Amino acid sequence: MPPSEQTDVLEPPHAGADGSTDAAFVSFRDVQKSYDGETLVVKGFNLDIAKGEFITLLGPSGSGKTTCLMMTAGFEVPTHGDILLKGTPINSMPPHKRGLGIVFQNYALFPHMTVAENLAFPLEVRSLPKAERAAKVQRALEMVRLGSFGDRRPAQLSGGQQQRVALARALVFEPDVVLMDEPLGALDKNLREEMQFEIKHIHENLGVTMIYVTHDQSEALTMSDRIAVFNDGVVQQLATPQELYERPANAFVARFIGENNTLVGDVVEMDGAAGKCVVRVDGGAEIKALPVNVSKTGERSTLSLRPERVVIDPEPGSLPNIFEADVEEVIYLGDHHRTRVNVLGNREFVIKTPNAANVRPHRQGERITVGWALEDCRALDA
Amino acid sequence: MSTISSGPRPADYPNRRPEEAVAEPTVMTTADGTPLKVSLSRKLRRSKIKAMLLVAPLFVFLVVSFVMPIFDMLSRSVDNPEVPTELSRTVAAIEGWDGEGLPPETVFAAAFQDIKEGAQNRSIGRVATRLNYEESGARSLIMKTARNVRNAEMPANAKAFLIDIDEDWGDPAIWHVIQRESDPYTLSYYLAALDMEYNAQGEIVEKPEYMQLYVDLFIRTLWMSLLITFLTLLLGYPVAYLLANLPMRISNLLMIMVLLPFWTSLLVRTTTWIAILQSQGVLNDMMVAVGLISDDGRLQMIHNQTGTIIAMTHILLPFMILPLYSVMKTIPPSYLRAARSMGASQLYAFRRVYFPQTLAGIGAGGILVFILSIGYYITPALVGGQSGRFITNFIAYHMQSSLNWGLAAAIASILLAAVVILYLLYNRLVGVDNMKLG
Ligand SMILES: Nc1ncnc2c1ncn2[C@@H]1O[C@H](COP(=O)(O)OP(=O)(O)OP(=O)(O)O)[C@@H](O)[C@H]1O
Ligand SMILES: [Mg+2]
Repeated sequence: MPPSEQTDVLEPPHAGADGSTDAAFVSFRDVQKSYDGETLVVKGFNLDIAKGEFITLLGPSGSGKTTCLMMTAGFEVPTHGDILLKGTPINSMPPHKRGLGIVFQNYALFPHMTVAENLAFPLEVRSLPKAERAAKVQRALEMVRLGSFGDRRPAQLSGGQQQRVALARALVFEPDVVLMDEPLGALDKNLREEMQFEIKHIHENLGVTMIYVTHDQSEALTMSDRIAVFNDGVVQQLATPQELYERPANAFVARFIGENNTLVGDVVEMDGAAGKCVVRVDGGAEIKALPVNVSKTGERSTLSLRPERVVIDPEPGSLPNIFEADVEEVIYLGDHHRTRVNVLGNREFVIKTPNAANVRPHRQGERITVGWALEDCRALDA
Repeated sequence: MSTISSGPRPADYPNRRPEEAVAEPTVMTTADGTPLKVSLSRKLRRSKIKAMLLVAPLFVFLVVSFVMPIFDMLSRSVDNPEVPTELSRTVAAIEGWDGEGLPPETVFAAAFQDIKEGAQNRSIGRVATRLNYEESGARSLIMKTARNVRNAEMPANAKAFLIDIDEDWGDPAIWHVIQRESDPYTLSYYLAALDMEYNAQGEIVEKPEYMQLYVDLFIRTLWMSLLITFLTLLLGYPVAYLLANLPMRISNLLMIMVLLPFWTSLLVRTTTWIAILQSQGVLNDMMVAVGLISDDGRLQMIHNQTGTIIAMTHILLPFMILPLYSVMKTIPPSYLRAARSMGASQLYAFRRVYFPQTLAGIGAGGILVFILSIGYYITPALVGGQSGRFITNFIAYHMQSSLNWGLAAAIASILLAAVVILYLLYNRLVGVDNMKLG
């Protein structure tokens, strides 16, 4: 891994929203977790979260996201390592002393209580006076735009409303940190987008620290300050959404975030200083690419290229990589066309072109040329 | 013709809701023009008939084996055929009697004829037994008279003749009983079941203290059943919790252990308790061995209330555990976790969040165990001794030994009524809709 990319993972946390602190608010130090004593579900998890930050743990199913969240909440004990809250280790602190707000995937609204009673629960535990309780509950309900729903039972609410109640309940006692485990997983697409916006909005208004778990990459990209991409119990990359999309650190991240064309080959020329390498793909053609985590010739490498960075029929000589391609399929998607071509033996190579007035869609079977810049083609691990 | 077509909705109009689809105000019809309602009810009727055919065998079985016996029981508890049929002439003659002194000569003459006829076709025993329920000594009086009048001619003075056979005929008491029981229906079985009787004046009064039995038994049956229900809840709740929350492999094993009693005979389980609890039994031996009690201080734990309570609690335990388990299984652990994350201690979270959600299971298990317990018979009979017997044991006694079916039916009807009333009360308090039996 070249040093330039390594820094992503070890980069110190951003300053909080109010800029007051640089010290990590929540930290994970070498956290490991095994349920059965045989396999590690989480392997050496390191993460520093600043106050007010919106951090998303993103990863495929079974990658250990929920496990990390449950360790933070105190329902699972790390097998090794420390979790620190405001600098103090909390490994032996019982869950109810941690003061974290949690939104569970199934909402976990108490079915035998009304919405207002649900919201009052954390306040009741803290023995707040009745009047104050009612005022806070009402304010929290209004925050999620459910002001008149206090007397309903959770079962009488729609999925989106239940979700908002769960959010309000996690926020009503003003915790510093809110954990959310795939809170929007059960909602349909429109509602999910609406709620993403709403959660983001609340986060900005309240300045709470959010640790958010999802396996939906678009959700992670739209909401987060930083995203930790999980796979196989390890953080593959920790970066801002833009960084993650534009500069994936390895082949897994490139594949997982957004759409991605891959070409596989061997490194034949390496010029680390100039940030240049040449990869000979299995068909024999040579591609000039940006070395990301290849360091010497002879290594196997996966080249990653975003579909929207590929140019169709470029001026000859204008780009370092230009190849001939056969159009296999063109799909009209309204705002853009997806053209699937066969280039260098890869028949799944996709090009996205915006639907502009001067662009003529290609036809199946047509022979075209495609090209891309060196920086857009990243040579990653195999 | 308007047809209801659910054509494909354009996927790219995400905000369009189905309610907004245009609905014509005209009568809806299917594609072939039949009104939608007619077509729907036709389809529904067929599935209704199918469902009825499926439940018909069970329905017939229930009518024959459940509804009819209950009606039979209820009618037996008030049925009073003996006096009106066997002593029909006497009943007719005694109708006008004012109850003062002895009845007139005509009544004695009718009684003479009735008893003579009954003695000749050997049916007099029935009415003798029946009258004996009301007036002890009536049986021997009538049987003695029957022997004497069997071959006698109608005397000129029946009154003197009968009193001569037995002077009890000269006591108005027996005539009052005959007059009272001359109706085809009687309340006297119910009175007996409630420890009451008619006094000489024909008023309903309590039986003398030493004769009272059933009311205490009813009360004992109720409170012991309540206690047993409470004990099964106390013991069953933690087990059900473990069953619902342990990992599959262990909880399956536990479940087998809970169900194991169902696979052994009830008699075996009950007699095992005798072996364990009797004064020379396993438990006493062990306590003597470790010096907890002295050899002559052995505890009496069987053939009394303790025995009934221990054995019944054990036998009815699964009926509490299973409904509790089925309710607890549906409570996801995230509820408790949510409560904990909001600052509730384990105990508080349990009390405010977990326990209220198991009320449905407690309700179901409670009513199940309670009703089963009230009607339990074998176990109290075997291990209950004198003090641990239930009212059911006396129903059985009157059915099998004393053959006083009327009284057995009256006690059983009262028990049935008590259960129904308790159930209704319970429904008021808990709400049967809120119960979950599985
Ligand atoms: N209580 C448990 N006991 C044993 N293994 C567990 C337990 N909980 C989770 N695991 C295992 O740990 C791994 C990670 O689980 P985790 O729930 O953290 O995944 P996740 O990233 O949240 O996945 P998803 O997106 O599907 O929710 C999985 O392989 C899972 O089988
Ligand atoms: Mg999960």
